[in-house]
Amino acid sequence: MASAKEMKSVLFGPIFANNPIALQILGVCSALAVTSKMSNTLVMCIALTAVVAASNFFISIIRNHIPSSVRIIVQMTIIASLVIVVDQVLRAYAYEISRELSVFVGLIITNCIVMGRAEAYAMKSTPFMSLLDGIGNGLGYSVVLLVVGFVRELFGSGSLFDVQIMPLVSEGGWYEPVGLLLMPPSAFFIIGGFIWVLRTFYPDQVEPKE
Amino acid sequence: MASKNESLGKTIGVVLALCLVCSILVAGSAVALKPMQEKNAALAMQRNILNAAGILEAGMDIPSVYDERIKAHVVSLEDYQVVQDKDPKDFDNRKAAGDPETSTKLDKSEDIAGLGTMETMTEVYLVMDENGNRNGAVLHIRGQGLWGTMYGLISLEDDLNTVRGVNFYEHAETPGLGGEITNPAWVKTWEGKELFGDDGKVKFDLVKGGASNEHEVDALSGATLTSNGVDATIDFWMSDKAYGPLLEKLRKGELTNG
Repeated sequence: MASAKEMKSVLFGPIFANNPIALQILGVCSALAVTSKMSNTLVMCIALTAVVAASNFFISIIRNHIPSSVRIIVQMTIIASLVIVVDQVLRAYAYEISRELSVFVGLIITNCIVMGRAEAYAMKSTPFMSLLDGIGNGLGYSVVLLVVGFVRELFGSGSLFDVQIMPLVSEGGWYEPVGLLLMPPSAFFIIGGFIWVLRTFYPDQVEPKE
Repeated sequence: MASKNESLGKTIGVVLALCLVCSILVAGSAVALKPMQEKNAALAMQRNILNAAGILEAGMDIPSVYDERIKAHVVSLEDYQVVQDKDPKDFDNRKAAGDPETSTKLDKSEDIAGLGTMETMTEVYLVMDENGNRNGAVLHIRGQGLWGTMYGLISLEDDLNTVRGVNFYEHAETPGLGGEITNPAWVKTWEGKELFGDDGKVKFDLVKGGASNEHEVDALSGATLTSNGVDATIDFWMSDKAYGPLLEKLRKGELTNG
């Protein structure tokens, strides 16, 4: 059994020290697409964390029986099934948000974080550690998405979780929203800023000069 | 052990077993959650209809208010009679528009809103006041925007000419620009506008640079193509081709059974 220290580093490492989006630059597409509102962002984060944790867990359980010639297909089948289940659950219990997230829940299947963790970690680790690794990477993804969502919703719509914080000029208030932030590309700037700040605190993440 | 995993029998066995487990999981969740999802979809549509009709208030019991204030009918768009054998509860407007049995292909020249096909029957919602008298109607509209089809509901006063509200509940327009079709402040500018001129033709228009009369609404700034789409949507659905004769009939009295 792994030591408590190792468990801690597997669970919390991906949040800042080894963040899947900021360091590994995986799973950026959904970070652009769903972060214009905090509520959507939060649900997406929960969905992805659930999928990556569960897929890591199940793949790890059967890892010794997966023929290597079809291992990617086996991983994809498990991931795709889990994503469909998550999508069905969202449609049943968070209908409005699942409508807004629309295709992006389904696209978790192709999210590189899920595939990457399955292939890089779950295929050679015990189920429990894989589960922790999945939750950790899900949290790492969530931190970046929530930061992006926070900035985009606060400055793009003047609200957080749909609660108006800064009254808009168009509704008689004083705040002129930054329209650019409602567009997906704006997330690039925020992720860039996030990586900058992160690498100021973790200088070892900076790539060597070519 | 690795070599045992690579045998043909093991490979096929693992894949088949996995597929079986996964399909049970997926099918099970889809079947188990279906009633809940359908309830949600119905509730969302009721909310949209109440919202368009201007009845929606936060925290209200939507199904009971809907039952009390909205009378739904499935109406043929060919002879404008109520279609008896369709239950409004099970009728899906969007399915009808896609089903060859309940839709017709539109000619390019008349298809100004970019629909492709138009349903031959639709659901019409009559709005009742507290005493059960009709005081308006809510109609489905849809049309091509900039990025995709905009689905909406338009609510009319009892003269079936004056707009009470409009609600584009599903669209893919650019946030902040065309996406402003759902902005309550803009939607409010539709209130009280008249769709038809004295000659009975559609006169409603989205105009740039300031609406000046009772038939005009300001176009959305920075969203010319979305505004054109909304304009064409209203022009098409209120024309003789679509709802025109139905509205005329409703103005004269009640819907009749076919």
